[in-house]
Amino acid sequence: MSTSLENAVVEVCASVGNDPSRLMDVARDIQARFGCVSAEAIDGIHKHLGVSRPTVRSLVSFYSFLSEEPKGRIVIRVCDDPVDRLFGYERVQKAFSDELGIPIGGTTPDGAFTLERTACIGMSDHAPAALVNETPVTDLSTDKAREIVAELRAHMSPERLVKKLGDGNNAHPLVRSMVKNHIRKAGPIVLVEHRHREATRKAAAMSPNEVIRAVKAARLRGRGGAGFPTGIKWEMARAAPGPRKFLVCNADEGEPGTFKDRVLLTEFPDRVFAGMTIAGYAIGAKEGILYLRAEYAYLRQFLEDVLARRRAEGFLGKSIAARHSFDFDIRIQMGAGAYVCGEESALLNSCEGLRGDPRNRPPFPAQKGYLGFPTIVNNVETLACVTRILDAGPATFSEYGSKQSAGSKLLSISGDVGMVGVYEVPFGVTLREVLELADGRETQAVQIGGPSGRMVGPADFDRTICYDDLATGGAMVVFGPDRNPIEIARMYMEFFEDESCGFCTPCRVGNGLLRRGLDKVLAGRGEPSDLAQFEEVARTMKATSRCGLGQTSFNPVLSTLTSFRPLFDSLVKEDPKKFRRSFDLEASTQEAARIRTGGAR
Amino acid sequence: MSEGPRFTLDGREIPLVPGQTVIEAADAAGIYIPRLCHKPGLEPFGSCRVCTVKANGRSVAACTYPASPGMIVESDTEEVNAHRKLLLEMLFVEGNHFCMSCEKSGNCELQALGYRFAISAPQLEFQFPVRDVDASHPDILIDHNRCILCARCVRASRDLDKKEVFGFVGRGPHKRIAVSSGTRLRDTDADVTDQAIDACPVGALLRKRVGFAVPVGRRLYDKVPIGGVPPAPEVPVSEEKRA
Repeated sequence: MSTSLENAVVEVCASVGNDPSRLMDVARDIQARFGCVSAEAIDGIHKHLGVSRPTVRSLVSFYSFLSEEPKGRIVIRVCDDPVDRLFGYERVQKAFSDELGIPIGGTTPDGAFTLERTACIGMSDHAPAALVNETPVTDLSTDKAREIVAELRAHMSPERLVKKLGDGNNAHPLVRSMVKNHIRKAGPIVLVEHRHREATRKAAAMSPNEVIRAVKAARLRGRGGAGFPTGIKWEMARAAPGPRKFLVCNADEGEPGTFKDRVLLTEFPDRVFAGMTIAGYAIGAKEGILYLRAEYAYLRQFLEDVLARRRAEGFLGKSIAARHSFDFDIRIQMGAGAYVCGEESALLNSCEGLRGDPRNRPPFPAQKGYLGFPTIVNNVETLACVTRILDAGPATFSEYGSKQSAGSKLLSISGDVGMVGVYEVPFGVTLREVLELADGRETQAVQIGGPSGRMVGPADFDRTICYDDLATGGAMVVFGPDRNPIEIARMYMEFFEDESCGFCTPCRVGNGLLRRGLDKVLAGRGEPSDLAQFEEVARTMKATSRCGLGQTSFNPVLSTLTSFRPLFDSLVKEDPKKFRRSFDLEASTQEAARIRTGGAR
Repeated sequence: MSEGPRFTLDGREIPLVPGQTVIEAADAAGIYIPRLCHKPGLEPFGSCRVCTVKANGRSVAACTYPASPGMIVESDTEEVNAHRKLLLEMLFVEGNHFCMSCEKSGNCELQALGYRFAISAPQLEFQFPVRDVDASHPDILIDHNRCILCARCVRASRDLDKKEVFGFVGRGPHKRIAVSSGTRLRDTDADVTDQAIDACPVGALLRKRVGFAVPVGRRLYDKVPIGGVPPAPEVPVSEEKRA
């Protein structure tokens, strides 16, 4: 091993106290310094951190932002999600590719640039967008792509690509980003003035059980989409025995089309951190972790600074709000590019420096979570709501929204609408009302709740956004009259195929089966029996997948099939001779033909 | 009948020892629940999902789900078996499983389950992936074409052989078994006597030069189907004669 690498590995391992559970930080650090976590580096980490080589290699190969093979000093990751595809991903990607002289996945011979495609980076309101190392570059065009390459060649510093700063804290000296918040409708629950210090002080004046009662009285349910009652979850963790407990904030906002947590973290980090602190107090946790997705690394320094200020103000650390034994602190755990880590048990594995495979349940994280201790994982928005509930009282919260779904919901609206952005709406609002707010005209279809949600057509526009009807984590992608819903469903399936952790059979195989099935239908080679097979595969995925990803990821196909059945029916047909229409004789005999004619492969 | 906690499995009351999983309790009671990634003696894993059962109406993996007193478990039902059959088909089309040329034929659990569930030819489309063979080791062969990612070798090497020769790399459809050296099996401390090799349910991990020591026809599942005698599918008389 080269001395510089060996020294770096020793130094990086020491920086996390040679703690094997901090493998993720070690791997990220080495990747940042050397452009890869090479076989040599893996040996070094094995030696100094005491983690087996297969474990290190497994981690490095799991996350998109880590690699064993060297990458360029600058990695350009072009966001390839459905919204970006609709708004010019192909053109932009090609412009980067032509300008750099490398294909997607390639690295320039001088080792300066690597070009990649990546899943949704949380910038659907800025599509097409890309990440240049950690710097988001937004609203791209082919011209901009070429300019970016030319500039980078001149100075090799991504930060200098930012000329015009975004609004609010995007212009903060520690952020300095071109990203805009696009807050279109704010209030009266989340995106309003919060007195986060007040909220924390009020919590400190109550007993932990009283805090839980307040959250239950407000009828707060998880904002990630599943909608589990937050207070009940907290009670489970409070009751679980354990010498240590943890409160984790899930900021792995990865559902394609969602970006509202990005805005919350940019503009209202104190509310989120106060919510974590209050939640920690309620469950008896003294340690908190903010799991921040790698795509939002540009916010890290800023968030660290907010944490430092909170410590200085006495809102983190020992005896918070002057209450004896109210101790709580927060560390930021960076992700490294894996959608599945939004699943709470996968997220905990990731925090422990492992592959982001979800865990078997039971035990549930509230009983046995991070490092085996009782742990609560809450969504960013849920925790912001907690601060509001403590500040304004449960009644203010529960009186807003609908009967079963109290409060408001933040929606990230993108796609074919006049006003993309973040909207705070009361639960119970109809889809039609939301589309009017966002200036969506001639809307053909809406993908709600991210891909594992559903695709609905105009027949469903009078349905309501709430836990009992159209439940959503907050992503809402709108498609105009010229889009092909089957093509869109195919893009979502491609996403799930890429992002499945691969642990269990139904998800690892099923997503690809559905994606290829849609390919077949789109190519005009589908049969009615294929549509029946979609349903059969989906049923088995739902019943047998190990986590929420595989249990719901077929939804884009099934809901598109329900909402746009005539379109499917027009594309599939029975072969008159009962042959399989997908069978391509020429393609299938190509290899044999090549051998016969003695041609090269 | 002995006293103690019990639960219902397909209408039969069976005893359970606290801490047992559903599959362990079923095994102890002599009731077979189909499985691939589960192997007694190895830590439960839960990846193949073939052992899916319905416990109090919810689908769970019998190999990882704890048995609890009074629970109602359904296993051998039309609905559950339909899922199992499709999962097996998924595993068949995901890899390259050519039983007729595989020396594991007759001892292969995937093949045996294929017979048990009367899969003549998968209805799903074959993927025909391009995968490697690692024949570098003098005594052991890895054929990735047949690997079903059950982690039995990973667990056996780690927990029984105390070696950690195998691990997983990659994600989703790119997930595969890798060896600790990062490159070839010959550069690891894998040995022909390792229990990891016996742990493989399919023909992905094989000892060299002993492939046909037991001739076809006298192998594990040649006489008795996996899991005992299943409700046999109707076999046309003409085919029976041929066999």
